[in-house]
Amino acid sequence: MAFIPHSSDDLSEMLQTLGLSSIDELFDEIPDDLKIGPLEGVPPALSEMETQRLVRERAAADKPLVNFLGAGAYEHHIPAAIWEIVTRGEFYSAYTPYQAEASQGTLQVIYEFQSMMTALTGLDVSNASLYDGGSGVAEAVLMAVRANRKSKSRRVLMLGGVTPAYRHVARNIAGTQGLDLELVPVDPSAGRTPLEALAPWEGEDLTAVVVQHPNFFGQLEDVDAITDWAHRQGALLIGVVNPLSLAVLKPPGEWGADGADVACGEGQPLGVPLSGGGPYFGFMTCKMQYVRQLPGRIVGRTVDLEGKAGFSLTLQAREQHIRRSKATSNICTNQGLMVTAATIYMAMLGAEGLRRVAAHSMANLNRLVDQLTAVRGVELVFDGPRFHEAVLRLDRPAGPVLNAVAERGIAGGYALKNDYPDLGDAFVVCATEVRTDEEIAAYARTLEDVMRRAQVA
Amino acid sequence: MSEPLIFELSRPGRRATAQAPLTSVDVDVPEQFRRSSTPVLPEVSELQAVRHYTRLSRLNFSIDTHFYPLGSCTMKYNPRACNQLAMLPEFLGRHPLAPAETAPGFMACLWDLQEILKEVTGMRGVSLTPMAGAQGEFAGVAMIRAYHLARGDDHRNEIIVPDAAHGTNPATATMCGCKVIEIPTGADGDVDLDALSAAVGPNTAGIMLTNPSTVGVFDRNIQAISRMVHEAGGLLYYDGANLNAILGKVRPGDMGFDVIHMNLHKTFSTPHGGGGPGSGAVGVSERLLPFMPVPFVGEAEGGGYRWIDESERPQSIGRLSAFMGNAGVLLRAYVYARLLGREGMPRIAEYATLNANYLMKRLAEAGFDLAYPERRASHEFIVTLKRQARELDVSAMDFAKRLLDYGFHAPTTYFPLLVPECLLIEPTETETREILDEFVAAMAAILDEAGQDAEKLKGAPYTTPVRRLDDVRAARQLDVAWKGEDAA
Repeated sequence: MAFIPHSSDDLSEMLQTLGLSSIDELFDEIPDDLKIGPLEGVPPALSEMETQRLVRERAAADKPLVNFLGAGAYEHHIPAAIWEIVTRGEFYSAYTPYQAEASQGTLQVIYEFQSMMTALTGLDVSNASLYDGGSGVAEAVLMAVRANRKSKSRRVLMLGGVTPAYRHVARNIAGTQGLDLELVPVDPSAGRTPLEALAPWEGEDLTAVVVQHPNFFGQLEDVDAITDWAHRQGALLIGVVNPLSLAVLKPPGEWGADGADVACGEGQPLGVPLSGGGPYFGFMTCKMQYVRQLPGRIVGRTVDLEGKAGFSLTLQAREQHIRRSKATSNICTNQGLMVTAATIYMAMLGAEGLRRVAAHSMANLNRLVDQLTAVRGVELVFDGPRFHEAVLRLDRPAGPVLNAVAERGIAGGYALKNDYPDLGDAFVVCATEVRTDEEIAAYARTLEDVMRRAQVA
Repeated sequence: MSEPLIFELSRPGRRATAQAPLTSVDVDVPEQFRRSSTPVLPEVSELQAVRHYTRLSRLNFSIDTHFYPLGSCTMKYNPRACNQLAMLPEFLGRHPLAPAETAPGFMACLWDLQEILKEVTGMRGVSLTPMAGAQGEFAGVAMIRAYHLARGDDHRNEIIVPDAAHGTNPATATMCGCKVIEIPTGADGDVDLDALSAAVGPNTAGIMLTNPSTVGVFDRNIQAISRMVHEAGGLLYYDGANLNAILGKVRPGDMGFDVIHMNLHKTFSTPHGGGGPGSGAVGVSERLLPFMPVPFVGEAEGGGYRWIDESERPQSIGRLSAFMGNAGVLLRAYVYARLLGREGMPRIAEYATLNANYLMKRLAEAGFDLAYPERRASHEFIVTLKRQARELDVSAMDFAKRLLDYGFHAPTTYFPLLVPECLLIEPTETETREILDEFVAAMAAILDEAGQDAEKLKGAPYTTPVRRLDDVRAARQLDVAWKGEDAA
């Protein structure tokens, strides 16, 4: 029996201790008509050897693709040491640090993580992480409603450059609490939301404004002006950011005159593998004045009864296990292992390493854009400043072209037709520091070949 | 034993040079967008980082190093094969937006897992996308709400929650825009049927139940509860936190539940990871099928699998994550399910229950009071130290801290809230009888100490990297981020 250590002597002696003759008697309080027979729909047990064979065969059936996809998940180099350490049993098989004295490793990692995230975002406090970037935006919006006591409207402006999936997640999670999420469309010629687009909401009671920078197209928004505008309306400003970009871009805490109030986003670029969509982690930082509205776990440094420094979960009065129906969120845990990976990643790369990764990603993107736009029928859509992603348009539907490119081993980008019909046959491409000149040239050659073939036209 | 902060190991100009591009290139963004200050991150060598985080890991208790009988958390062995296979390079390198047709193996694993979970829960559909138990709860209550709204029953917004429930239950109901109606637990540990009968009515959206409940007993009246709530027009939500206790023996679907979330990090042994990542897959009955969160895996025409999204499920509560949930965790759960197989699943429930009842009996013999001595334990049970608190002036917290000195992680303390000075103890099926006996001996020794020198317990722990921590100071003098040497 897999993972059950009992010998037949153990079983009979333990039953004897309990005064029972069979293990089935342990279930005698359960009504008989509820008890089931064998689970016919579950396959029979396999040994580890057989399971390995099965799963390895399946993995081998998957087609390896050279990634030019970003759109919220990014392939970066991950130092070999990171996951060796993260999967040590002492991290891997521990739980939430309820017993602080027996969990100082996990707690100190989270404290270091919180310190690094506040440094990157230029804000005062960080939580221990949320599930992912999308649910992070939802939690940020809910937090703003609690934190902005002056606003009564529960109206939140969501700029059109926020990743479409994040907007949907925010609507699905926050919408159940009567929040009104209003979309401010992107200027389809600029790929950004200019300040003028906010004019219809001038003077209105707004709870928060959500801007993503760099946005879904990789374009840089006018965050200084948008932040100041939001504050003039009495709204909180929520900045959705790629943490890696903050190695080179002005941090949310320095946007406009007073800085963003809350920063959040997807932490995956910091040492977490693509892994088919998860597990990743969401991060969230904010100004100190809002710390009591911050959702999720927070670790604080304190002292023990001998005066020695140590770490524990703090401000737990915000959380569901204490506040129950009045908690800041139903969130229970964080994404512990992912945060451990991100902390080690940031420690190993440091500010200079992160800057190099960001700068090389941008240089590779420029090379990619130059070569792809040299292909007949391909044009660059937005020429504004950008960070490691760009939007290209084809002279024919993008979906079939990208599928044909994928058949040749290249994940060529994400088609925008469904999310942004105004942009026509456009798609967003990405290059990070891991892409080589040869891979970029191979993509250009493949695209040219696919575009030349009449059958995909 | 202690370890400095990584920032304190930092020296200007040092870094793990092999881990970033070897050449420096200029950043191509206009001045107005550029960062002017350098973020204060550590500057350490690769070895310094490896040594620091390895040393930190050693300050933790974990399943791999210690018995960890944390009630309601199912801290059982996390098989290494699950991790090894989920981390195959083909899976790790897969971008979530790459076409599903290019990943038949990955999709087949997720499809199989959906089918296995449907079978063991007795539900009609499963969506794997919720990223933790609490998000699975959210999905469940949001589906209940969507069901009533679709029928024009907008007024059905009351969710009934027993007072023994996990804190996430009432918090979730609030997040879904519902009103929480709390009902008491009877003296025998089952739901108080009279209170339930008084609570149900025309505004009932549903009830959230954990069965076996958080007091460690199987609710014998579950069929009556199901009838009562359904007759009032409400739906039943199953909190799967305790699914380990009944796996392969009885099924929530057969008990009458309409929706269930499963904590795959408990029952299906994916790692707890110091607090995540979890996975909170949901299963639904026939009537909630149209509302399941997307995406989930469906069969493709002509064989193979594909993602099913909002375009085919217009009534869905929608997506809850940017992509498709914690895929890597799901792969681990799948490997575990294949290792257990049809035969292994009921054995889980049997031996988890055997270990719990054995431990309960032995602790009672050692002089401890049980919260529900007349009942059969499920996979967990409650010891109450109310008498010791009164007679010896020691608390459940003191016992918990002292257990750390004996090399055991503490059970869950002060939950459920309705039992005073309680320890909620869940040994799991993967522990040997010898460990259980050693735990009993430790508890007996601590009880002995409490009688002779209560102060000894109040000072515990003594052998951990730090002594008991000042939580009040942590909250009052908030220090949640390192701000440089001077601030320390």
